[in-house]
Amino acid sequence: MKRILRLLYRGWLFHLKSLTLSGFFIIVSVISPVIFASIAYLMFRAGARPGSLLFVAIGAGMMGIWSATLFGSGGAIQWQRWQGTLEYCIAAPPAFIWVILPLTMATATIGLYSLTSTLVWGWLFFDVPFELAHPAWFIIALPAAVLALGLLGLVLASTFVLYRNANALSNLLEYPVWLVTGLLTGLALLPGWTRPISWVLAPTWGVKALREAALGGDPAFPVAMSLALGIAYLVIGHYCLLYFEKLARERATLAIA
Amino acid sequence: MTSLRVFFVGGRMTYRALFYWLTPQIYIPSLLVAPIFQILLFAYIGRSAGLESDEFYVVGNALQYSAIPCLFAMTQMIGGERYQNTLSAILVSPARRIPLFFGRAVPVVANGAFVSAFSLAAGTAILGVEIPLSSVPPLALVIVVAAFSCTGLGLINAAVSLRVRENAVLTNVIFGFLLIFTGANVPLSELPGWMSAISEGLPFTHAIKAARRLTDGASLGSVAGLVGTEVLIGLCYAAAGYALLRFMEVQSRRHASLERS
Repeated sequence: MKRILRLLYRGWLFHLKSLTLSGFFIIVSVISPVIFASIAYLMFRAGARPGSLLFVAIGAGMMGIWSATLFGSGGAIQWQRWQGTLEYCIAAPPAFIWVILPLTMATATIGLYSLTSTLVWGWLFFDVPFELAHPAWFIIALPAAVLALGLLGLVLASTFVLYRNANALSNLLEYPVWLVTGLLTGLALLPGWTRPISWVLAPTWGVKALREAALGGDPAFPVAMSLALGIAYLVIGHYCLLYFEKLARERATLAIA
Repeated sequence: MTSLRVFFVGGRMTYRALFYWLTPQIYIPSLLVAPIFQILLFAYIGRSAGLESDEFYVVGNALQYSAIPCLFAMTQMIGGERYQNTLSAILVSPARRIPLFFGRAVPVVANGAFVSAFSLAAGTAILGVEIPLSSVPPLALVIVVAAFSCTGLGLINAAVSLRVRENAVLTNVIFGFLLIFTGANVPLSELPGWMSAISEGLPFTHAIKAARRLTDGASLGSVAGLVGTEVLIGLCYAAAGYALLRFMEVQSRRHASLERS
């Protein structure tokens, strides 16, 4: 157990440093959310229903966490393949899931840059106050949201690898998830049939937990939902990875992109 | 005659060669489905904020999304040659540079216009926006002009790609700035003064304004000034892009940095 925890921590730290050096991830996690946050600030400021700008800042930050997870985790296995390290990762003594999980967790953690940047940007240029209704719950909700998204990343990593053009799939899923999970819009405005989709997606509960902790409300249920979904993603990801590994060994396609 | 061949045949061949990987599995999600969700996202934010009608976001985002194919493809049309190790062979050829570079822009403009037109059609159908039938031909013209104008900016970006290593990052930033500054989602009157001043010199701003008026039933004649300004902006960017490309070419020869990635 101690060895697994050490592997998870070291792997997470290594990938976090590695991703921080990538210009692409910096734009996905810092510049892009700031751009979307600015548009949303301007829209809400000019609109007839101004709403809370802190609501927008948190939503835009979560957009960045989702994008970083989607692009980072969606291509995680393919990336190892291109780097020529996939065989080593599979052949290493620990189960493959413990090798790939730190990477998907690191991609979600990189998204924390997003939340920080949108909150600081909003505070500096749009007078968004950063006053938390439940600071302690905010500190609990933040890692819970990142953990759930990192585990969702595990599902993305293990399923996207079966699709040859994972990047195109990532491009496809960025906007719809922003929309359906209500990151910048009220969920009540969306058609009713989108509701069940939003319930099984971690960003819905992650952003709800953060908003209720920041703006007032009861964050306990969304935090619990984030954690419960995280466990479900871990189980799904585990079986998907086993299936991928079995297929790759049977067909001898491990190193074939 | 040779220049015409380089312009039309060369441009088409280069596009096919450099975008051999652009299969329907990549094209459809990235360039046909993604813009529809961009339109929906901003339309719903607009509804949440109580700002503008759905029509405002459908037109603005459909036109602005052509920045993705125009900026990325134009950059790839020049920068991609370097990664294929064919750039030096092209630049030592005696072909005239204007047909060589501008011929490559023609398929890019056509693709950008197609993406915009598709997004506009899909966005109006999904959100129930009505466009008068008489406005369709002038709207098609405005869409082509907007794609041309942005391709001019793409030419500058392509020249920069000869120097900047992570050009995709820069392209994404430009896309984001266009999303804010061109009035695609925030009315220009609601932008701070310095932002609306910058928007006057950017691709899309005038085209989006013209397209919105056409959608409201205005005639082409009444938006001719806006369309003319958009064309002029496109020509300015194209000229600046061409000059920058020639400058980079000379610099690359002088410093032997042509093949350096």
